[in-house]
Amino acid sequence: MNQIIDIRGLHKTYHRGGERIAVLDDIDLSVKDGGYLALMGPSGSGKTTLLNMIGGLDVPTKGSVNVCGVNIAELKGRALASWRAQNIGFVFQFYNLMDVLSAQRNVELPLLLTKLSKKERQKRALTALDIVGLANRAKHKPSELSGGQLQRVAIARALVADQRILVCDEPTGDLDRASANQILELMEILNTSHNKTIIMVTHDPEAARHAHECLHLDKGRLRAEADA
Amino acid sequence: MSYFGFLFANLGRKKVRTWLTFLSIVVCFLLFGLLRTVGGMFSGPVSLAGADRLVVSPKYSMVTDPLPVSHTNALRALAGVDGAAHADWFGGNYLDFGLAFPTIPVKPREYFNVYSEFRIAEDELETFENTRTGAVASRGTAERFGWQIGDTIPIVGNIYPKEDGSLLWEFELVGLYDRPNSTAGNFEDFYIHYDYFDEARQHSKGMVGWIMVKVENPDEAALLASEIDALFANSGNPTRTMTENEYNAQFAKQLGDIGMVVNMILTAVFFSILLLVANTMIQSFRERLGDLGVLKALGFSDGRVARMVLYESLVLNVGGAAVGIGLSYALLIGVEPMLANFGAVELTSANLIAGLTIAALLGLLVGAIPAIRAASLPIVDVLRARG
Ligand SMILES: Nc1ncnc2c1ncn2[C@@H]1O[C@H](COP(=O)(O)OP(=O)(O)OP(=O)(O)O)[C@@H](O)[C@H]1O
Ligand SMILES: [Mg+2]
Repeated sequence: MNQIIDIRGLHKTYHRGGERIAVLDDIDLSVKDGGYLALMGPSGSGKTTLLNMIGGLDVPTKGSVNVCGVNIAELKGRALASWRAQNIGFVFQFYNLMDVLSAQRNVELPLLLTKLSKKERQKRALTALDIVGLANRAKHKPSELSGGQLQRVAIARALVADQRILVCDEPTGDLDRASANQILELMEILNTSHNKTIIMVTHDPEAARHAHECLHLDKGRLRAEADA
Repeated sequence: MSYFGFLFANLGRKKVRTWLTFLSIVVCFLLFGLLRTVGGMFSGPVSLAGADRLVVSPKYSMVTDPLPVSHTNALRALAGVDGAAHADWFGGNYLDFGLAFPTIPVKPREYFNVYSEFRIAEDELETFENTRTGAVASRGTAERFGWQIGDTIPIVGNIYPKEDGSLLWEFELVGLYDRPNSTAGNFEDFYIHYDYFDEARQHSKGMVGWIMVKVENPDEAALLASEIDALFANSGNPTRTMTENEYNAQFAKQLGDIGMVVNMILTAVFFSILLLVANTMIQSFRERLGDLGVLKALGFSDGRVARMVLYESLVLNVGGAAVGIGLSYALLIGVEPMLANFGAVELTSANLIAGLTIAALLGLLVGAIPAIRAASLPIVDVLRARG
């Protein structure tokens, strides 16, 4: 099976005041194209750090991180930025939308990096909003939307440029049960009908149940669900 | 949304603050436009011609202690003097142009002998000599007001009433002179006949404002000057004599001082605007750390994010400068008639370009620090701080 993510011997060490902190310790991980992986684990176990490695936001201390056929441990600066723009859609716990931009313009942001015309950009942003069920809120500013709606705008932004992987850090962490369920349903549709590979960090066992596979991080080491 | 739209959306984050900053830049460059243009009117190049002439003026004040006309003959009698001609300041307004040109009462032949570089047709000079109410103007002044020889030029005096108390003086234009390498611009002398002036005026008869002396040997000008002052030291009308060069240099120095004051004011203004805008940019940068981190996560490169911050600063500064200088020029056109006394208002493109260049430099300067910091912003830390 085609592995879209293939991580080998990944180490990440931080230095704080002369002290070495091994945040990720010899991680091997592979996810197949179209997979849906949930990452769980206690606070501080390194989940966000691992997610940042997969998303090309951070660089490993040691090891290889093959994502979408590229060892991103070897990419830097502009090349890494443009690789991210093409391959990874980010969904954060607190949405991270721009307050000054309408929903549609927020979704359009990643397309500013493409060669698409202004018209085409607007059209695609609207289509993405339509997929998440918010076409009628295109002109609304973030301050005029609910938490669940904000997260759906963020998801639209994460798929507008046809990114293959959605990297989600506690996407339902700030939502009530009903809104969380809507988001989880939406992500499942994106996974099954739109063939998005999803890596999701969550503390919510309910959320983890939607994934095909669930891995646990503990003190920087990965364990399969069964051993938990 | 275009890239520019995104830029403006960012500027609109804190609308009131952005507008206030923009307005202070506008006011700053409004001042720049006004001061540079008005200051420029006073700082034209001053001719240093006439090393062979001395200016003999009253030791204390031209207004309260004029010289007796008899000094002229005494000067002419001195060894080393090649000619002397007296002059005075008539004052007065032409129509509603105000003090459109200096009106100077002279003895025609004497004066043009001393100012031998001035060109005037012999027959016109002769007519001037023989026409008591005659006057000659520079060709430029005549062109400016559309005068023809034979025209009557009315001037309302403000220092010298006529004997009947009337302030209206009328002169007949009898000739035109050319002044090579003139640096007086639009402000060239209009000469009237001293004899007529002195006879018709109510007060100060027999007095003159200053006397020009032509020296035979320029090398001895300084020596001659002190001789002249010594000659009149114990008379009721002591004098102060300088070479025309010194006189001009003194005048030029005053003009230079005006230019320096203008530049000092502008430097202070720009310095405070620099601090103000820099403060705004840094504040706005701090508030946006999260946004900038997110943009980077979305794939905006370090350079692109830095440029964005820099462009914002440039748009704010150059935009404000363009509006400010534009307003100053509009204002100057509005008040041009009031400034006519001092010369022509010239809205130069050099000032505009200088202003926009300063604005661009300001923009780069105040944008540079946030831009560099934006470029080196570590995404992971910013996102972590944001939660
Ligand atoms: N820049 C850094 N410098 C030093 N230590 C860091 C840095 N970033 C993260 N860490 C440490 O790495 C460890 C793992 O952090 P990480 O955010 O990946 O945990 P997490 O599993 O996502 O936790 P949570 O569930 O609270 O989000 C923590 O102990 C954290 O303090
Ligand atoms: Mg985390």
